[in-house]
Amino acid sequence: MNHMPKLSRRTFVVGTATAGLSLGFNVPFLTSTSAQGAPEINAWVVIKPDDTVVIRIARSEMGQGTLTGLAQMVAEELECDWSKVTTEYPTPGQSVARKNPWGDFGTGGSRGIRTSHDYVRKGGAAARMMLVGAAAAEWKVPVSECSAANSVITHKPSGRTTTYGKVAAAAAQIEAPADVPLKDPKDWKLIGKSVKRLDTVDKTTGKMMYGIDVKLPGMLHATIKACPVFGGKVKSFDAAKVEKMKGVKKVVQVGSNAVAVVADSWWHAKTALDALPIVWDTGENAKVTSASISKWLKEGFDAEQAFVSNKVGDVKAGLASAAKTVVAEYAYPYQNHACMEPLNATAVYTADKCEVWAGTQHGQAAFAAALEASGLPASKVEFYKVMLGGGFGRRGRTDYVTQAVLIAKQMPGTPIKLLWSREEDMGQGTYHPVTECRLTGGLDDKGNLTSLHVRLSGQSILTALRPEALVNGMDPATFAGLAPTGEAAIGYGVPNLLVDHSMRNPHVPPGFWRGVNVNQNAIYLESFMDELAKTAGVDPLEFRRRLMAKYPKHLGVLNAVANGIGWDKPAPAGVFRGIAQHMGYGSYVAAAAEVSVDGNKVKIHRIVAATDPGYAVNPGQIERQISGSFVYGLSALFNGECTVKDGAIEQTNFDSYDSIRISQMPKVECIVMPSGGFWGGVGEPTICVAPPAVLNAITAATGKRYRSIPLKNHGLTLV
Amino acid sequence: MINLTINGKSHSVDVEPDTPLLWVIRDTIGMTGTKYGCGIAQCGSCTVHIDGAATRSCGMTVGDAAGKKITTIEGLADNGVLTKVQQAWVEHDVPQCGYCQSGMIMAVSALLKEKPKPTDADINEAITNICRCGTFQQVRLAIHAAAKA
Ligand code: FES
Ligand code: FES
Repeated sequence: MNHMPKLSRRTFVVGTATAGLSLGFNVPFLTSTSAQGAPEINAWVVIKPDDTVVIRIARSEMGQGTLTGLAQMVAEELECDWSKVTTEYPTPGQSVARKNPWGDFGTGGSRGIRTSHDYVRKGGAAARMMLVGAAAAEWKVPVSECSAANSVITHKPSGRTTTYGKVAAAAAQIEAPADVPLKDPKDWKLIGKSVKRLDTVDKTTGKMMYGIDVKLPGMLHATIKACPVFGGKVKSFDAAKVEKMKGVKKVVQVGSNAVAVVADSWWHAKTALDALPIVWDTGENAKVTSASISKWLKEGFDAEQAFVSNKVGDVKAGLASAAKTVVAEYAYPYQNHACMEPLNATAVYTADKCEVWAGTQHGQAAFAAALEASGLPASKVEFYKVMLGGGFGRRGRTDYVTQAVLIAKQMPGTPIKLLWSREEDMGQGTYHPVTECRLTGGLDDKGNLTSLHVRLSGQSILTALRPEALVNGMDPATFAGLAPTGEAAIGYGVPNLLVDHSMRNPHVPPGFWRGVNVNQNAIYLESFMDELAKTAGVDPLEFRRRLMAKYPKHLGVLNAVANGIGWDKPAPAGVFRGIAQHMGYGSYVAAAAEVSVDGNKVKIHRIVAATDPGYAVNPGQIERQISGSFVYGLSALFNGECTVKDGAIEQTNFDSYDSIRISQMPKVECIVMPSGGFWGGVGEPTICVAPPAVLNAITAATGKRYRSIPLKNHGLTLV
Repeated sequence: MINLTINGKSHSVDVEPDTPLLWVIRDTIGMTGTKYGCGIAQCGSCTVHIDGAATRSCGMTVGDAAGKKITTIEGLADNGVLTKVQQAWVEHDVPQCGYCQSGMIMAVSALLKEKPKPTDADINEAITNICRCGTFQQVRLAIHAAAKA
């Protein structure tokens, strides 16, 4: 433990390769799967002499299974032995140095597979062609006489065989093919198969290394407090009050809005930070409350200016001439991601090297944050990705990476592990944005929906995080599932339709939160569909079907869950049903729920869920994403709310921001029904249909309509 | 100096007795399989066994743990041979991000010792760990599978 090599990457590789864990390091980029030194066929594929296949994955694994799914895509075309596959992450620094051969590292928006399926499969196919080419050259036979399967190359006429491991070195010298044909989907053997995840064993033994587990020689621990009122700043802090406390090494300001304590253990750092007097300059935002935000949003219902996403016919005239009209107002609160692993990053800084380790959903953005915070050029910065203890959108932000580097810069040469407390994590989120919605529907005398106005009012994520993606000031993502066309299109044909948005951006920072804008929009639209059906006196499923003639894929998943739940048969005594459908991230999703309500206790007996993601790479993992996302979505439906008081978030930990437990988990039955021809996401979309299906079932059971969440505010508890 | 027995090995640590056991295990001794999730005994990520009983180590001081038999996730597998619970976890592909799973597995292992064939109601009562990825459906399946194995 006294041995302390210099912390350049080279030394690290050498030091750990020889001494390994005996020095007490946990060095994430050097795992048993490391491809160091083995022949690289191309950027995606490294084959070791023992036939081990190392597949490089640019996207981040955070539980959603993308590591396994992407490896399946490469392996399908590579024709390698799946049992010999391991994976590794290239670093963003390598990506820069090699001119970005791996494309986008960003892992959000359920894009991991659907936006890289083409080039990762080509990576696998090209590598296979080179391996086969190397074997053919060695045998001096035409390539066309050779084939590959299961990491074995066979020369058909002679029956000779060799393995990938034996020809890898030669293959690495061959020029990459220009034309790389891909298999017809009907010939896939591995894509579409529910193979097990590649990263499970270490997650059952405590060996898996997350950011929080990084250990470096001489490392100190830090924890941080940023101004609880967003936009506020540090006015002063009294370091002398805590500097003498046990283990404390340094008290530092971090940027303009935060203070950190560095100590010999995290507990010492936390104890001292809790005792540190800090004076904040909170500014005007300290006057904001949940009530003031809600009032402002409600004013948006009648605002003249609104961004129009979807307009068909003439809603005003249609509503004026409707036989019956229905109006309802809904609200959706702020929610914290609450990743199981609190945010953290480890950094070591010297004037000629800055190295950072952290779990991130976006390696390139995290690298850029480290560059900026360190002030060093790209050649002197490296960022190492480690396993994420959950991301859900929060780890797509890089604030914690910046902070770690800014602290490390104030103690050059000393590795600093910054770990947020859960309380900091709860109070410094990038929250599911707050919106409210007024829906006005007009029915004709036969009970058909002829006019619908959906007026959204509230916060735009893109304005805060990606202003370049706004379209003339409009945030197109706000309309997820309500748009006329595209990857999140509405599934109902209404003769007069208007969907518009009065944008109102409170000071609380918004972020992408698993499912993002489909969460509230599905609740608004699908609850309201039931309200309309009730007024029309039509069965909610039938009411929807009448509007869906031109939307066969939306209808397909809706029908599937209706069948699955047994909509045409009576529910068991005391059990009531609700149904919902939506579209997001290119996938069509639906759910049907069965609940019973006893006083204020709600029991969800089962949810049947369907998704049509076009292609399903790993149905078993998709099922896990669906049932897993329901835990997240139902936690939000019943408990998840971040309220604002004096400009700050009131919730501090899981006692005030509860997450459902196994006893509250409904049985989830998944129908994965890929119809082919398109690539939709699977990590997020389905989350949005569970809450409206459950809400509709609760209304069926109680006759009451709940138009704001979480349901705990209405006295309802999930049991 | 406080003496701790973890996974059959003794450790003397020089920390204040009111330090939560969790941080001594993680930072002082350096065994990182036991996770921090909340620090207020709510989430179960930090679950270890104290004399065989599932205990949230963030809510126990190291002083109180002295002299007791402590088992962490690293102490379950015997020479690399996974326990029935761990095997069921692998077999049913339970973990997603995996961060909560050390605590989950420790809680389940203690349950199965007490009730080798737990009912769903037993599981609901004993397993109160938070999993933000939402692996509960597979957790339940795997518990029953481990009970049968
Ligand atoms: S960290 Fe101990 S219960 Fe959450
Ligand atoms: S597996 Fe991610 S929190 Fe449980």
